[in-house]
Amino acid sequence: MGATVSTIVTATATMGAVGAFFAIALVALAKRTASAEDEQIELLTNLLPGNNCGACGMAGCAALAQALAKGEAVPQSCPVASESQIQKLAEALGLTETVHRERRVARVRCGGHRAISQWRADYEGVLDCRAADLVGKGGKGCVFGCLGLGTCSRVCPYGAITMSPTGLPVVNEALCTGCGLCEAACPRGVIAVMDASQEVFVRCVSTAPGKQVRSVCEVGCIGCGICVRVCPENAVEMLGHLACVDPNRCTACGICVEKCPTDAMQIILEDAGVLTAV
Amino acid sequence: MTELLLLFVGSALVNNFLLTRFLGICPFLGVTRELKAGVSMGIAVTSVMVASVLVLWPLYNLALAPLGLGFLQNMLFILVIAALVQFLEMVIKRAFPSLYTAFGIYLPLITTNCAILGLALLMVGNEYTFLQSLVFAVGSGAGVTLAMGMMAAIREELEFADVPQSLQGPGIALITAGIMALSFMGFAGLGS
Repeated sequence: MGATVSTIVTATATMGAVGAFFAIALVALAKRTASAEDEQIELLTNLLPGNNCGACGMAGCAALAQALAKGEAVPQSCPVASESQIQKLAEALGLTETVHRERRVARVRCGGHRAISQWRADYEGVLDCRAADLVGKGGKGCVFGCLGLGTCSRVCPYGAITMSPTGLPVVNEALCTGCGLCEAACPRGVIAVMDASQEVFVRCVSTAPGKQVRSVCEVGCIGCGICVRVCPENAVEMLGHLACVDPNRCTACGICVEKCPTDAMQIILEDAGVLTAV
Repeated sequence: MTELLLLFVGSALVNNFLLTRFLGICPFLGVTRELKAGVSMGIAVTSVMVASVLVLWPLYNLALAPLGLGFLQNMLFILVIAALVQFLEMVIKRAFPSLYTAFGIYLPLITTNCAILGLALLMVGNEYTFLQSLVFAVGSGAGVTLAMGMMAAIREELEFADVPQSLQGPGIALITAGIMALSFMGFAGLGS
């Protein structure tokens, strides 16, 4: 018994001594070799949002900070940082130009929830839109629209996307940072990151002819062109069978939204803040 | 002297860590895309090997064995190797920043490189003297550097070869490694 206890004590002491020795030595060396450059990188890392979402294309905030310090990136490379954060980064880097960047948010360009869209097959398998899309473009009648399996909501590092009970993503614009990870993950291109100031957009991505859209969805863009004709600013144009809003011309008067026969044209109401799911 | 020379040749060629013992394969495939990075990685592994022998041999033979704490060897070896790799990382980051970027994740991964731990455990298992352990470490490191360099040189040439699409990348690299391992079997029987 005594032998066991003493073995435990010596073993612990040995491990502890060796561990402590290396810990102290490593810290001492790290302190000695720390340079001004390292300090700047650390400072920049702290100024970045710190979510390590990778939306800038780097491995994480520390990698972007390194690129910033080397001058290989600009503060705006971080698509997530707020304007004040970018301002601070620019100050830390000694950049004098005022940086202005529009706030961007993700918008869902499909309104075909389960109750109003046709389904041609049941998909059984991994519950991920990317997997479902690989199998004959998924079970939805519309091969362009949202599959509703919530891949976007799972890749969002900010918890800004939730799935509505009817199976459409809902973006909480207060939480959305416009990082674009959902846009990249969506196999259908349904989610797009737009300037937050763009108030009118087409809530459909189907490029199919109107008759085909009608047969699978009640709220898709049928390419009738009414919006193009009623717009007083000529801000809407047709790309094939799909209407497209030019945000630079749109004044958000709302006429196209009112006249759209399928409600595909959408306007964001400023007081609502959150896009309401149908 | 002859014995040490045999040990050197034996650890470098006959029992090559990468191609005969199959230890430490991940940097072998990971950083052998260009010759400079491959050879540098070999040298980095060699220096960690020599450094760990310098620390681990006295630690085991003067502390662990007399205290009857042989069972601690794996844990303690991993601890020491991890610390040594940290040292090496700091030195390389300071002295050769471009090399530091080229190594990427494979530099901290030397920590878990089984070639280093394998070397330490073989040193204990074979009951080598301090001098023998040093020669063993240098020989093994030379073997690793040689294999890494050869692999990198072949892969550089392969960049220009017309490799079938299904074999491009890791596929052809693994086949190359297999053929190299096969050819190293030719050293079997040389020396010990």
